Amino acid sequence: MTMISLSGVNKHYDSYHALRNIDLDIEAGEFFSLLGPSGCGKTTLLRTIAGFEDIESGTLKIAGADMAEVPPNRRPTNMVFQSYAIFPHLNVAQNVAFGLRKSDLSKSEQTRVVGEALEMVGLDGFGARAANALSGGQRQRVALARALVLKPKVLLLDEPLSALDKKLREQMQLELRRLQRQVGITFILVTHDQEEALIMSDRIAVMFEGQIAQLADPQTLYRAPASRKVGEFIGTMNVMPVAQNAGNLTIAGLGQVSDPARDTVSHAGIRPETMSILFPGEPDRDRVAAAKIVDRAYYGDMTYYEVGLDGLDNTLTISMKNLMGREILEIGTPVRISWREDALVFFDQ
Amino acid sequence: MRAYTWAYLIFLYAPIVLLPLFAFNDSTTIAFPLQGFTTKWFVQLPTIPALTSSVWTSVKIASITAVLSTILGVCAARAAVRYRFIGKRPIMGLIMLPLVLPEIIVAVSLLVVFLQLGLSIGSWSVIAGHTLICMPFAISILNSSFQNIDPALEEASLDLGETRVSTFYRVTLPLIWPGLIASLLISFTISLDEFIIAFFLSSTEPTLPVYLWSQLRFPTKLPVVMALGTLLVCLSILLLALAETLRRRGLRKAGQSTEGGFL
Amino acid sequence: MADDVSHNSRRGLLLVSPPFLTTLVLLAGPLGAIILFSFWTQDYLTLNTDFTIKNYVEAAQDPIYGLLLGRSLLVAGAVTLLTVITAFPVAYFISFHVKPSRKSLWLFLITIPFWTSYLIRVFLWKVVLGFNGVINSGLIEVGIIDAPITFILYNLNAVIITLAHAFAPFAILPIFVALEKIDRALLEASRDLGETRVATFFRVTLPLAMPGLVAATLIVFIPVIGDYITPRLVGGPGGLMIANMIQTQFLKLNNAPMGAALAVISMVAVTVIATLFVWLNRRFLKVRS
Repeated sequence: MTMISLSGVNKHYDSYHALRNIDLDIEAGEFFSLLGPSGCGKTTLLRTIAGFEDIESGTLKIAGADMAEVPPNRRPTNMVFQSYAIFPHLNVAQNVAFGLRKSDLSKSEQTRVVGEALEMVGLDGFGARAANALSGGQRQRVALARALVLKPKVLLLDEPLSALDKKLREQMQLELRRLQRQVGITFILVTHDQEEALIMSDRIAVMFEGQIAQLADPQTLYRAPASRKVGEFIGTMNVMPVAQNAGNLTIAGLGQVSDPARDTVSHAGIRPETMSILFPGEPDRDRVAAAKIVDRAYYGDMTYYEVGLDGLDNTLTISMKNLMGREILEIGTPVRISWREDALVFFDQ
Repeated sequence: MRAYTWAYLIFLYAPIVLLPLFAFNDSTTIAFPLQGFTTKWFVQLPTIPALTSSVWTSVKIASITAVLSTILGVCAARAAVRYRFIGKRPIMGLIMLPLVLPEIIVAVSLLVVFLQLGLSIGSWSVIAGHTLICMPFAISILNSSFQNIDPALEEASLDLGETRVSTFYRVTLPLIWPGLIASLLISFTISLDEFIIAFFLSSTEPTLPVYLWSQLRFPTKLPVVMALGTLLVCLSILLLALAETLRRRGLRKAGQSTEGGFL
Repeated sequence: MADDVSHNSRRGLLLVSPPFLTTLVLLAGPLGAIILFSFWTQDYLTLNTDFTIKNYVEAAQDPIYGLLLGRSLLVAGAVTLLTVITAFPVAYFISFHVKPSRKSLWLFLITIPFWTSYLIRVFLWKVVLGFNGVINSGLIEVGIIDAPITFILYNLNAVIITLAHAFAPFAILPIFVALEKIDRALLEASRDLGETRVATFFRVTLPLAMPGLVAATLIVFIPVIGDYITPRLVGGPGGLMIANMIQTQFLKLNNAPMGAALAVISMVAVTVIATLFVWLNRRFLKVRS
């Protein structure tokens, strides 16, 4: 079932075209992410769904109902704000109960519902705590409980993890995912962190300059980016120019491939982890090319090598697991690298 | 520098400490040496009808002024902080202009207009003048109150099902409450103390400063004036302390540090 | 609250209209009226609405007006200079040398005298400076002088002292706010880059405190020009200022158009001086707006 349906949605800020003809369907029960660099329109799109931004043209339907004249307070969506927007004059329980005033629940039922919501986010017993006595992670949990207690059809999350430190962020990513499975409603997450989007989402819409550049599940998005821009935005992508001659494609530095030539192809991309450096004594496998270590970055579990190849202006990044007994190669070492044709993606520009 | 600051404080307080001294001094002349202790000037205070009625006139005018300028201040501050609109700078500039205009100019220009329009001046015209000069102070205070509110808080309230109107009562108002009180108190105090506009624009019902002005010419009335002044100082300190406490409580509520002071 | 832009603009205008209309009716209208009035004449109670610059000519020719305006500007200038210079160290001390938790207590101490009736405060200065006043009694008591000294009351000195006292908080607060805004790391950076404490003060602290000093200057200078009470109470005949003359024209001589002309002249003088001051400041300091 389609929960949210946008068609032909446009929005300008003065002369800036923030949303360009957006067509998008989001399914019920889906964990959906809007991913893109800052200023790409992802937050505007989220706020449009919430009702904080008017749309100039196009339609927005939530659960089949047109939202054109529906103010935010009457939409079946609730939001977790980037700043969490915890009311500083109310305590935790009062914050969570804020939206229940107009429900037909009795006082005691409200108390029970609030208690359940706090328990769900792991804050049972925090009800009487003052809002400003909370840590960042706790504020986020309160914001979640406050939105979920109203049983919305859609939960909107505006960069909810960006204010948290790395450890806490990773923990909350898993917890949000768990929570979404538990309550079963549609979650729409806005984020600029591609890793976060990959970890959490069922599907991801990558946005650039007010347009959706690609809409796919995480694996497709990572393995088969629709454009060079998407490929380079998500993870690391080595990009090499491609020459076409006599019906064949030749990739600078790597050589000719068996793919037939296509008029539009101009570049090929390959992910760092799909290539490997052949250490001394390793036999050749797949396709092999000669290269030289130009630079390296040691990450503990991994080492990222920058290698230079003949006939290629830029360097390629290759990530290698630091397996037991594997040496860290010095800069300047000549090496052989191994790669597979089926790991290649082709781009038009 | 600490010594200098203390010396400066002494300079600031020098005239003020004389008030209680002469208020309790058993002599009709305001001069040294002191003659002995008495409370008779305080006892006389409520027995002077012209004085008590001027106090009531002033309190009435100051209260209405405080409410009016705070309400108008809320409108202006809210508009200035949250909205972009055509002519914002000139409009806000005009509203804040009384802050940099000598009060006598405000007084005479209002007087000219009221008299030309054939309106009989009275308490209402003093209220009009006072509201005009208190509004910029109210706006300055309320501006910072509104600025301290994260816009997402009001959006969160709308998102959670409240209307714009109920959001104002449930979220905005509780958060600007300390600023509102401070604005009321400061407008009240300014109006209560204002002389020149009241002098020009009041007629048969003098305000307290206008009454005091007329009494300063009669030396025998002066000790009573000192007694009244003493009471006013105590009242001011009380109100100020109250405003400051509320402001701090408000800041704590909003989760901010309570350092720094008014304005 | 971002709806669409014009929607937002309408809501803002609607909200600002009550205070705006109030100011329009009570300020812009009357100011326009007083300018108009200044080009009229009045003979006792009859108003002659023929356009004339007679009032301005008279103001230029009769030396009394020039004298009063000049004196007002002089007093305002002196009071401003005195107040700002004496207030700066106080603001500096509170901002830099008082523990953060005690700052508001200090500000509180400084603002208390300011909330005492202005009228009574001015009168008390008369008591302090007067013939049988605190200073004279004190000095005679300890034997420094034999007879009361008189040069401290009913003259410009008294006016300046009293006004400097009355406007002290107006000067301290904006300077304090400007000093508080200075990132302390900037001062450390200056020291780190080899400047002494004194050089740091002149090269970093003072330029950054300039907006506060400008605000303090204007906020003291402008109301002092129009002050009425202080010259009347402690100024004596030689201490009267332009506001006293405006009042006399309006309420005693029934010559409102002349009073209006004087009001317009002082308004223009204040505006010109204030604008010039701000402009010079921008120019010499190249302060960002």
